[in-house]
Amino acid sequence: MKQPIIETSSVTKIYRGAGSSVIAVDNASLAVYPGEFVALVGPSGSGKTTMLAMLAALLEPSEGQICIDGHLISKMSEPERVKFRRQRIGFTFQSNNLLPYLTVLENVELMLRLNGRYNREARQQAIQSLIRLGLEDRLHSLPNQLSGGQRQRVAIARSMIHNPSVILADEPTANLDTERAYQVTQLFADLVHENDRAGIMVTHDLRMCKYVDRIIQIEDGQIVAELKTRQEIEALISCA
Amino acid sequence: MKLALFLAFQEVWRNRSRFLLFSLVIALITTLVLFIAALSEGLALANKEYLEKINAQLLVFQKNVDLSAAVSRLSLSKVNDIGRIEGVSAVGPIGFSNGVLVFNDGREDLNISLIGVEAGKPGAPPVIAGRSFAIDRGPQAVIDKNVAERAGVQIGEQIVIKTIQGTKEEFYRLEVIGLTDERQYLYQPSIFVPYRTWEQIRPQMTNGLQLVETISNVIAVQVDPETDLNIVAERIRAQVKDVDVADIISAYKAIPGYQVQQDTLNTQSGFTLLIGILVIGGFFQIQMLQKVPQIGVLKAIGVSNFIVAATVVAQIILVTTFGVGIGTIVSLGLAMGIPSSIPIIFNGNSMLISVITLLLIGPVGGLVSVRLAVSVEPLIALGLSS
Repeated sequence: MKQPIIETSSVTKIYRGAGSSVIAVDNASLAVYPGEFVALVGPSGSGKTTMLAMLAALLEPSEGQICIDGHLISKMSEPERVKFRRQRIGFTFQSNNLLPYLTVLENVELMLRLNGRYNREARQQAIQSLIRLGLEDRLHSLPNQLSGGQRQRVAIARSMIHNPSVILADEPTANLDTERAYQVTQLFADLVHENDRAGIMVTHDLRMCKYVDRIIQIEDGQIVAELKTRQEIEALISCA
Repeated sequence: MKLALFLAFQEVWRNRSRFLLFSLVIALITTLVLFIAALSEGLALANKEYLEKINAQLLVFQKNVDLSAAVSRLSLSKVNDIGRIEGVSAVGPIGFSNGVLVFNDGREDLNISLIGVEAGKPGAPPVIAGRSFAIDRGPQAVIDKNVAERAGVQIGEQIVIKTIQGTKEEFYRLEVIGLTDERQYLYQPSIFVPYRTWEQIRPQMTNGLQLVETISNVIAVQVDPETDLNIVAERIRAQVKDVDVADIISAYKAIPGYQVQQDTLNTQSGFTLLIGILVIGGFFQIQMLQKVPQIGVLKAIGVSNFIVAATVVAQIILVTTFGVGIGTIVSLGLAMGIPSSIPIIFNGNSMLISVITLLLIGPVGGLVSVRLAVSVEPLIALGLSS
């Protein structure tokens, strides 16, 4: 039996303000296994992005524990979390993913430089990953010379290049047309499966769940449903 | 650190037009600061050069004249009195006045400082060509290199000095016997004459007025190397009546207008540097505000605050150094085309201080943007904020 790469137990996040507090995530427990691509879905304000931020070691949970790849990140200091993100997490965002002054290749290589693993071999690896994503003629282009879909593919390449245990994607298809959005999601799913990583995609677009292995539904900070079978997933997508 | 330099350089290189424009703004500020510093240096030197280079450690003035050479009157008997004081190795009277070097061959007349000195005594300038005075009288002159250059006068040439005697212009013919290095005084190049000659040709209120006793404006004092300057100064004050004593620096700082002028120029320079700090700070702050989402993403993927801060600092240093470099080259280039009558001097030390200050104002001006960069939260990448 495989051990989960991501495991949370009774995680709660409360945003405290002056005289009031908001429970963004309420007692959420989940597990994601190697080679599994999971969608975190829910309406706006349901707490899915907060959950993703905690899984990425960007936010500390108010209660509960988060264990990623055997590391209890809820107990880490800030410098440890920065190092953890750099080494173990691959991130793709909705926008502003790429540094505008670095070429496509340099943007991907950035994670290798950051982890002190940049050399000729690593450069070849980055080139190969971009070729795999159909960007062989864009290696030396700047982000503003790319289409939205191409930019997201570069971001995906960057999120994978340093062999992280976990791939996290925050609304990666939000700025893409439907066709490109499907391509990007499928690419994500393929790479997660091929490389045996744990992938979580936050999306509010249920159509993008076509390629995921499991859907976790969040409402008002609570996990309200988990759709595991193809039929359940297809049924939800058909409601979209 | 390598990553920080890589990011800083790539951003500057890929946005080179924008950064070049900004470097040019820094270059303009640099040029302004360097010119003010050079003007300050040049004006100061034109005022004090003779005193600064004088071969004496102390200058004696009449008491209660605020160390003003123009007002000070000392009888020559005081030269002997001071010369006998313990610790004094040599003394020499100096007389200051103005004159005009007149040419009748089309060359432009030149205002000069006419300085009377005793041969071989403190105050007499060293010659770099020709010879020094051998006696204390005679129609001879040692001219400052500046006079030679500006008026085209050469050793052996006869020059004519015009001074006012009473209400009349009088002309005196002198032979140039030697050349000394640049020794301007009160913004004018200097012509040195033997003391007795100076007595005769200096401007006087009444033509032919005969004084009972010869006078000088100041007395230059050389002190024994092993004797403390302050002790000798005290002895002079105690043993010679109605005199005041100053070291060379105090003496030229007391030149009327010198300190006011220097303070004004230093204030201008300070304000220009302040403007530089604000301009650099403003530019990088605006740029940083535009880059907040990018920095959020960088931090979210695991870039530390140290690397983010080092990238910003490296960029500021790169752009500032380039701008200061261009500004320095432009200033030196412009200086070559400035006529010698304009007192602009690019002195190595003051230039170095200005350049270092300019290089430091970059990081100082950019401190706010470094602080902003460090304070950006990685959550911004996800559209969240703590």
